[in-house]
Amino acid sequence: MPEPTNPQSAVGTVAVLSRLRPYVREALPRIYAAMVVSLVASAVALAIPQVLQFMVDGPLADGDAGQLWVAAGIVLALGVLEAVLIGARRALVLTPGTHVEARLRNSLYRRLQNLPVAFHDRWPSGQLLSRAVSDLNLIRRWLSFGLVLLVVNVLTIVGGAVILIALNWVLGLIFVAAAVPVILYSFSFERKYSDVARRSQDQTGDLATSVEESVHGIRVLKAFGRGRYALKRFESQAEELRGTEIEKAKAIAGIWLYLTLIPDLAFGVCLVVGVWLASTGQSSVGELVAFFATGTVLLFPIWSLGYFLAMTLDAKTATLRFFEVMDSENTIVDPEKPAEAARGRGELVFDDVHFRYQDAPASFPDLVDGVSLTVRPGETMALVGLTGSGKSTLTALTTRLYDVTGGAVRVDGVDVRDLALDDLRSRIAMAFEEATLFSRTVRENVLLGRPDATEEELREALDIAQASFVDDLPAGLDTKVGEEGLSLSGGQRQRLALARAIAARPEILVLDDPLSALDVDTEALVEAALRRVLATTTALIVAHRPSTVALADRVALLENGRISAVGTHSELLATSAHYRFVISSFDSPEVPTTEEVSR
Amino acid sequence: MSDSTVSGVAGEERDDFSRDESRQIRRRSLRLLGSLVHPLRARLALSIVVVVISTVSQVAGPSIIAYGIDSGLPALLANDWMPVGLAGLAYLLAGVLGAGLIAWFTVLSAQISQAILFDLRRRVFLHTQRLSLEFHESYTSGRIISRQTSDLDAISELLDSGINQLVQGVLYMVLTAVALFLLDVESGFILLVALVPLAILTRWFQVRSQRMFRRTRVASARLIVRFVETMTGIRAVKAFRTQKADAAEFAGLVEDNREANAKVIRLFGIYDPGLVLIGNVAVAVVLLAGGFRVIDGGMEIGVLLAAVLYTRRFFDPMEDMAMFYNSYQSATAALEKISGVLEERPSVPDPEHPVDLWTSKGAVEFEAVAFGYVAGRPILPEFDLDIPAGQTIALVGSTGAGKSTLAKLISRFYDPTAGRITLDGIDLRELHPKDLRRAIVMVTQEAYLFSGTVADNIAIGRPEASRDEIVEAAKAVGADEFIRGLPNGYETDVNKRGGRVSAGQRQLISFARAFLADPAVLILDEATASLDIPSERLVQEALQTLLADRTAVIIAHRLSTVSIADRVLVMEHGRIVEDGTPDDLIAGTGRFAQLHASWRESLV
Repeated sequence: MPEPTNPQSAVGTVAVLSRLRPYVREALPRIYAAMVVSLVASAVALAIPQVLQFMVDGPLADGDAGQLWVAAGIVLALGVLEAVLIGARRALVLTPGTHVEARLRNSLYRRLQNLPVAFHDRWPSGQLLSRAVSDLNLIRRWLSFGLVLLVVNVLTIVGGAVILIALNWVLGLIFVAAAVPVILYSFSFERKYSDVARRSQDQTGDLATSVEESVHGIRVLKAFGRGRYALKRFESQAEELRGTEIEKAKAIAGIWLYLTLIPDLAFGVCLVVGVWLASTGQSSVGELVAFFATGTVLLFPIWSLGYFLAMTLDAKTATLRFFEVMDSENTIVDPEKPAEAARGRGELVFDDVHFRYQDAPASFPDLVDGVSLTVRPGETMALVGLTGSGKSTLTALTTRLYDVTGGAVRVDGVDVRDLALDDLRSRIAMAFEEATLFSRTVRENVLLGRPDATEEELREALDIAQASFVDDLPAGLDTKVGEEGLSLSGGQRQRLALARAIAARPEILVLDDPLSALDVDTEALVEAALRRVLATTTALIVAHRPSTVALADRVALLENGRISAVGTHSELLATSAHYRFVISSFDSPEVPTTEEVSR
Repeated sequence: MSDSTVSGVAGEERDDFSRDESRQIRRRSLRLLGSLVHPLRARLALSIVVVVISTVSQVAGPSIIAYGIDSGLPALLANDWMPVGLAGLAYLLAGVLGAGLIAWFTVLSAQISQAILFDLRRRVFLHTQRLSLEFHESYTSGRIISRQTSDLDAISELLDSGINQLVQGVLYMVLTAVALFLLDVESGFILLVALVPLAILTRWFQVRSQRMFRRTRVASARLIVRFVETMTGIRAVKAFRTQKADAAEFAGLVEDNREANAKVIRLFGIYDPGLVLIGNVAVAVVLLAGGFRVIDGGMEIGVLLAAVLYTRRFFDPMEDMAMFYNSYQSATAALEKISGVLEERPSVPDPEHPVDLWTSKGAVEFEAVAFGYVAGRPILPEFDLDIPAGQTIALVGSTGAGKSTLAKLISRFYDPTAGRITLDGIDLRELHPKDLRRAIVMVTQEAYLFSGTVADNIAIGRPEASRDEIVEAAKAVGADEFIRGLPNGYETDVNKRGGRVSAGQRQLISFARAFLADPAVLILDEATASLDIPSERLVQEALQTLLADRTAVIIAHRLSTVSIADRVLVMEHGRIVEDGTPDDLIAGTGRFAQLHASWRESLV
């Protein structure tokens, strides 16, 4: 689970939100313009009551009908102007908001693509999803509404207060004095709300993770009839989120209480005082009318402060969460000056390679603990060892899915860290033990590593992997694979993944137990075809079976993160007891061999 | 219903529904909404009472001001403090009452909406689990995830702030209009006239925006599908350098989504100022008409002020309501999609009158069973098969021969298209799902690990198992040693999709799960494919004891399994072509004898 970068209270809301600047820069002029426009709109709205005062003290008192037309005409003109200005504000700010959201989303996606596998191991994907969707959506809405209206409403209230004081300084000051407790309360609200908002968004991410797992692990849940069990887990998380949300509502209710109560109290006092002032002649009825009309114009901006404040704090949390990903250190990047190594030979060297996970306890030995191994150009090397001995990890180091923590991996004499990532990964093609297929067509899946391959090359790769079953699919090569290839069998998926690695035409093939799900006959056919490719390509193959080992020129035996022996299959059979233990089915006395059974 | 073009998730990607289809979808989501709200109706009634009272108090404001000016001022001139004092007190009271109740209402409505959300989340989750594999395989996981995440977000957004504001806003408007009528009928009529263009504008907006909102839901679902796929397949993405192409494609989806959103927003850009315009014109008219009446002496100034304030306030919530109409629309679109998923019936339904089976002996029988995923393309043509209790069967044959399909039929991932499969003489379709799952467990090649500890993952086999039993199970399948070697032993977090545990280790964990579940019938579909030979040997050993008193069907390409089988079935093109004891078949000249010979060769 990711660790929050820093405690909430230490970071000011403004400081956090201003980190969005680079993404918002292009939209900023329009946002500022929108603020100015809506400020003018507010000013117009505030001007209307002043016309009222003029009316009450002028034409209404004098009975001048002609003046009345003028006054109503001004009110109408101001009203139309206000509508036009509001339209202008929307036109100005809303489209840019969506552009900012799109920009943020694309950057997040690209960042996540480039962050190392170790990052993805650590972060539940639901947390990433909730950032990419909900959080960015929040930021957009804040930029489009919250930011502009918060600023404008605050300015409107300030401007309105000035007008109120100008209309009648006693009444105006009563109104302004009432603002003090509201402002004080806002500070404690900010702290309280920030905290709940963060919890709510994190819990939303956890919930998304549970949803994802329940969908990806549906087969296991069904096989064991554990739908209810998963539901219980999900329910307890949903229950937690519900509690947080209600807590959030209580915080909002608190500020709402202040925001509605206090202006009303001030109004009540103003009413009594105002009428008294009018009765003593210190104020006119028109002034009073204008005062209350102006106050009424201010009511909605005041009430909506709570809403926009909460929205701003939500956006702050969303921004924090966004930057948690963006700020994650990416250690696996292109070198500053990529080496320009000529292609072709395809020599793969492990030189005293060490690897351990960052968060492994210090008492644990390195997972890969000083491996030195040379795969000569054109050679096929099998990597044999017990489950958990570090075979897959070693293969992942070749294309820098992880970086070594000691020593170096070299391709044609160049440290893989000195090659551009794209260059490195086009030299080495991998097939993983878990065949990941994407929900695209079969063709696209196979040509993932080389989209410009010709039809013949595609065919050849499919033939080698014995994947002719694709022609029986409903739309042949253009059949869309269900996500994760669920509708294909394990063996079929494995063969497509193998075809994908072959179609990439790399210098070096790295295959992680590529034939485990194939039946004996198909395996034999694949092996026969694969030999042709392996004759000219350097290869490192993780193998569990003698039949796979048979493809290799030499075998490296991995034992507790170290190479304990290298040689041909028969050499190792003859010299290494551990090798016999790992690879041979015939030397265990406890299990009756098939020979005994068949007797 | 079932043959309709929009029932269930059909037509989900479209936004061009006919009138009938639209009605059908709307009805379906309203039904869902109704059923969600139903249990909360008492609370809902309370919250409505609360909000009505609080809004009345708020709406009373201008009237009190009018009274204060029109009656309080003359009285005060006569040194009578009573009316103005009364007005001030009334205003304070209304303020306290209104504010307090609004705060209460906010909490109440949050409780209600959270209850609704919880219920909906739970329902969708449960229903997703209930839907058959067939649905999951065609619907794709990304889409079902987006139903449960972004669509629920949209509804939650509406419930969180939307409903709250909507109820308040509508009430505020209605009560304001009523107050205006009570205060001054003529001004009330002016407002009434203003409602006509208001209604026309709103209707226009509603019609135009509905399709746009559907489009935004579709666009955001596509976005999520791609996102989830990239993140779960990140290794392949990196290894095959698809980042650039993917990013470009993702950017396209982001742009579609953006454009869909922008279109909606642009509509708002017309709707919202339109509202303000209508409101301001109404204010001007009220002012003009009222002004003449004041001059004529037919109206008091305070009343005119109140009429203007009411008219102005009437339109105040409109802008917010327009904003909330936004969340309302996306929530409706989301609800439409969710109700579609909920409408899907599992193709492997739970029995209506389940038969209990407390302890199963484990006798499985296929009676004239046939199966095909697509009509007219049988995978398994009609066949009979009798598996007596306690027998261990090895199922062999080339890839695509139908072995896994047969296994899925026994574990009822699918139902046969003809004939019936029985467990101890009871049709699987009639068995209580709980009993079925307790009796029959399948372990597949893909050993999925859930986030949590290793112990949690093994416990999926039997959630109520004690730690000792979990360790026992792990020991039995030879997983104990590597688990103890992990940083925190059984308490080690397996992380996302078992990132740190190798494929072989994952299979051992999933074996331990099955061992712990202790079913009468165990089905192993290529469950040892990723194991190394020593581990496989250990598992084989464990299986011998494990399978001694239970029925088992084992699919394995490595024929070593055959050594523990009582009986071998050879399948080809969906048919069982050989059936006999391993010895007999090996001694013969059939398909199995060949397979066995070539496998033996592969071992050297």
